[in-house]
Amino acid sequence: MKSFKETTGQVHSVETFGTVDGPGIRYILFLAGCPLRCIYCHNSDTWDYTIGETRTVSEVFEDLLRYKAYYDRAGGGITLSGGEPTLQPYFLAELFQRCQIEGIHTCLDTSGFCDLEKAQLFLPHTNLVLLDLKHMDGPRHQEITGVLPDKTFAFAHYLAEKKIPTWIRYVLVPGYTDATEDIEKLCLFVKKLNNVERITFLPFHQLGSAKRKTLNIADPLQDLQSPSKESIEIARNIARKHNLVT
Amino acid sequence: MEKAWNEFKGCKWKRESDVRAFIQDNYTPYYGDSEFLTEPTERTKALFAKVQEKMKTERQRGGVYDVDTNTVSTITSHKAGYIDQEKELIVGLQTDQMLKRSVMPFAGIRMVKQSCEAYGYELNPEIERIFTEYRTTHNQAVMDAYTPEMRLARRTGLITGLPDAYGRGRIIGDYRRVALYGVERLIEFKKEELSTVGQTVMDEESTRLREELKSQIKALQDLVTMANSYGFNIRRPAEDSREAIQWLYFAYLGAVKEQNGAAMSIGRISTFLDIYMERDLQQGAYTEQELQEMMDDFIIKLRLVRFLRPPAYNELFSGDPTWITESIGGMGIDGRTLVTKNSYRILQSLQNLGPAPEPNLTVLWSEKLPLPFKRFCAHLSASTSAIQYENDDLMRPYWGDDYGIACCVSAMPIGKQMQFFGARANLAKALLYAINGGKDEMTGEQVSPHFAPITSDLLNYDEVMERFDNFMDWMARLYMDMLNIIHFMHDKYAYESLQMALHDRDILRTMACGFAGFSVVVDSLSAIKHAKVSVLRNSAGLAVDYKIEGDYPAYGNDDLRADQIAVDMVKGFMKKLRSCQSYRKSVPTQSILTITSNVVYGKMTGNTPDGRRAGEAFAPGANPMSGRDRKGVLAVMNSLAKLPYEHSQDGISYTFSIIPQTLGSTEKERSNHLVALLDGYFQQGGHHINVNVIDRDKLIEAMEQPEKHPQLTIRVSGYAVNFIKLTREQQLDVIQRTFHEKF
Repeated sequence: MKSFKETTGQVHSVETFGTVDGPGIRYILFLAGCPLRCIYCHNSDTWDYTIGETRTVSEVFEDLLRYKAYYDRAGGGITLSGGEPTLQPYFLAELFQRCQIEGIHTCLDTSGFCDLEKAQLFLPHTNLVLLDLKHMDGPRHQEITGVLPDKTFAFAHYLAEKKIPTWIRYVLVPGYTDATEDIEKLCLFVKKLNNVERITFLPFHQLGSAKRKTLNIADPLQDLQSPSKESIEIARNIARKHNLVT
Repeated sequence: MEKAWNEFKGCKWKRESDVRAFIQDNYTPYYGDSEFLTEPTERTKALFAKVQEKMKTERQRGGVYDVDTNTVSTITSHKAGYIDQEKELIVGLQTDQMLKRSVMPFAGIRMVKQSCEAYGYELNPEIERIFTEYRTTHNQAVMDAYTPEMRLARRTGLITGLPDAYGRGRIIGDYRRVALYGVERLIEFKKEELSTVGQTVMDEESTRLREELKSQIKALQDLVTMANSYGFNIRRPAEDSREAIQWLYFAYLGAVKEQNGAAMSIGRISTFLDIYMERDLQQGAYTEQELQEMMDDFIIKLRLVRFLRPPAYNELFSGDPTWITESIGGMGIDGRTLVTKNSYRILQSLQNLGPAPEPNLTVLWSEKLPLPFKRFCAHLSASTSAIQYENDDLMRPYWGDDYGIACCVSAMPIGKQMQFFGARANLAKALLYAINGGKDEMTGEQVSPHFAPITSDLLNYDEVMERFDNFMDWMARLYMDMLNIIHFMHDKYAYESLQMALHDRDILRTMACGFAGFSVVVDSLSAIKHAKVSVLRNSAGLAVDYKIEGDYPAYGNDDLRADQIAVDMVKGFMKKLRSCQSYRKSVPTQSILTITSNVVYGKMTGNTPDGRRAGEAFAPGANPMSGRDRKGVLAVMNSLAKLPYEHSQDGISYTFSIIPQTLGSTEKERSNHLVALLDGYFQQGGHHINVNVIDRDKLIEAMEQPEKHPQLTIRVSGYAVNFIKLTREQQLDVIQRTFHEKF
């Protein structure tokens, strides 16, 4: 007789062929729910905590195994994304632990908005963190995401302390995050962390706009253009100047 | 023989016709990378520029450059033709001028006449008279023999695309035999075969075979005459690489002068040719550059093959295809790879001459192929979208290590097996007929014998399945009987003498059936089973639309609830075909392949219970309906990989299209990911995959400004086409339905 229930997660959706969230070909599990409200978010359909399906760790794990033949060959693995996956730390920890036992590379795509005592649960089973930094300036950060960056900064330092390989991602939103001084500040911050393997600048795009419309979510950036190739190059050059790999 | 076979090892192939033994005894597997390859020479570029100029004019003239309306095409009908005799290394054209098409009325005079008229030509009335008054054509004979029931099923589009008015194709002559043995020996072999037929009893079968063998010998003699007109004596075997290519090409040329077949594959020639090339390289007879030049020249010739076909043909098989399918690579049953340097050279033509749909380059993929070769293929796929892949590890146990692919996905040991091409039945329409008691959902016409329609408002899965099953019993038999008539008549009135001369006397014949609308039927049944589907009827009581309440698991998500229905469908229909009697002791098989007919089949089919609207195109081949796959490409692949090849031995086609950024961020990443995808898919049991790596924007631009992208090639269900040669409807179908894009 079962004395306790298996850990479950609230899953928004699955992409079996992910190539942009971590190395190789990856199983991307999008978890439901996010405490942030980024004005440029392109996955606003994952904000709701109750959306999607409730799945046990075993269910997810067994589904993942169906595609292992591909991931093994491409040096890939699993990436937990969202939403904000660290909101479901027990599920995350248990799933990653099982993956690592099977030799599957684990990657966490997070905003870092996570309490450290929770992070202790899953980070030992995490091979790589994709950490999204939104802005270095407190008030600006709050303006863009709805929350202050303190938790994220603490999380970043904790990752460094635990020496967990990390890739920094930063979305270039024209007029919001792409000022030279913002990038400089970002790079100075990242430089001090000894665990960062690369920093990627992602251009803002309008592809999330349709979702917002369907969900009746305000779209303050609906007329904003994507950043030019040149401004992405400027950001990368600043990073290179600080000896960061882009 | 001395010079021709000098230094070649082995004896079995010297005693009897056995090209495979020759290959196995003499070929050199190549494990290295593509570094040795050379670029096109000035000669090649100049020659190809001339060809491209003519092809441009061909497009400007509405798709046909010129037609010889006065000569019935045979192996010897036309005098020698050249692109530029001084510059050509390999010679031979179908008619006396490049791109000039000829008339081939044996399969049907009406199609020839219509084709001429459609492009503004008039068929010589004398030819029309001969093939109407004196000579029965295949098409006429079939129409005479069809029953009224058959005509009706054909007209409503339940069973269509059948080769009853055009050449059936899908026969691969072993063109290599001409190079290896020379025609004189081949005629001796055939005479020996003839002498054995009818010794004990002269029944119908023996009589037919004697006549066939005699016509094969005649075809070989004609081939000698044709080669002679170009100044070559192919009675003797080829003595070096250039001759080997030239001899082989003459054999193929003879075939495409004799037959306007729906698919005229060339077989598995590159590794065979490599044996001559290795010998020449070692003896210093030719340099690498010279060998590549010959291959490029040869490929130019293959890209020039043309058939005269009416516009209606284009709806089924769009883009003027010839399906000169060449099977490359694969593994030997002894564990050595069959990849040679010439496997690279033939693929290199995609870079040297730019991408093109022909020849239909098909890589026989195995987990054990040398990694550099896998990477080379993936790199080319990502940059040209011109290659298809088929699972050698899956097929080798069935067909050995000297099979080729006829048309798109049909494997057959070369020179030892042929198929009777059977196009396809529209299974989605069949399901609607089952619901409507055999009435057509568009016209209300009673097509099958009358049986009870479903009268309830809510569809019950068990009831639908029972009706569907009964209906398919009737349809399978009708379908098979139509094919029996077709192939009986094709053998009689449009026999492929030369291609069959390059086969053994005793061959295995398959009756290659097929179906379209696969994912529509699977999803419809899944909807009926897992959601609530109610019927909307018109005033005459005909079910014309369906309302779905609730979600249902769709095929293409690696979800067994839908995929099991798919597997059962494949097995179930095959079982019905196997219980039918088929012409000439052929073995029934089936394929899940549509070519481009998914568009026209969809057009002829009403609303379906999966929610698809009337007229909407089906998904190509065994693809899921687009937009219903929610878990990404790998889930789609896993669904397809479940389909049992043992019950669909004529092939299971999957067309995979992806934008470059989704495949990977860098060129290296894209190649690596593609190799992993192919290894993974085939390891799970997938059979075939077309790989398209292409920008949607580029396709849209090509649709608006075709002359900017004359060589843009994409793969559609088993073959490749020049995108700009597709009909607009098909172009839109490709753009809207088949791209895996995400953000």
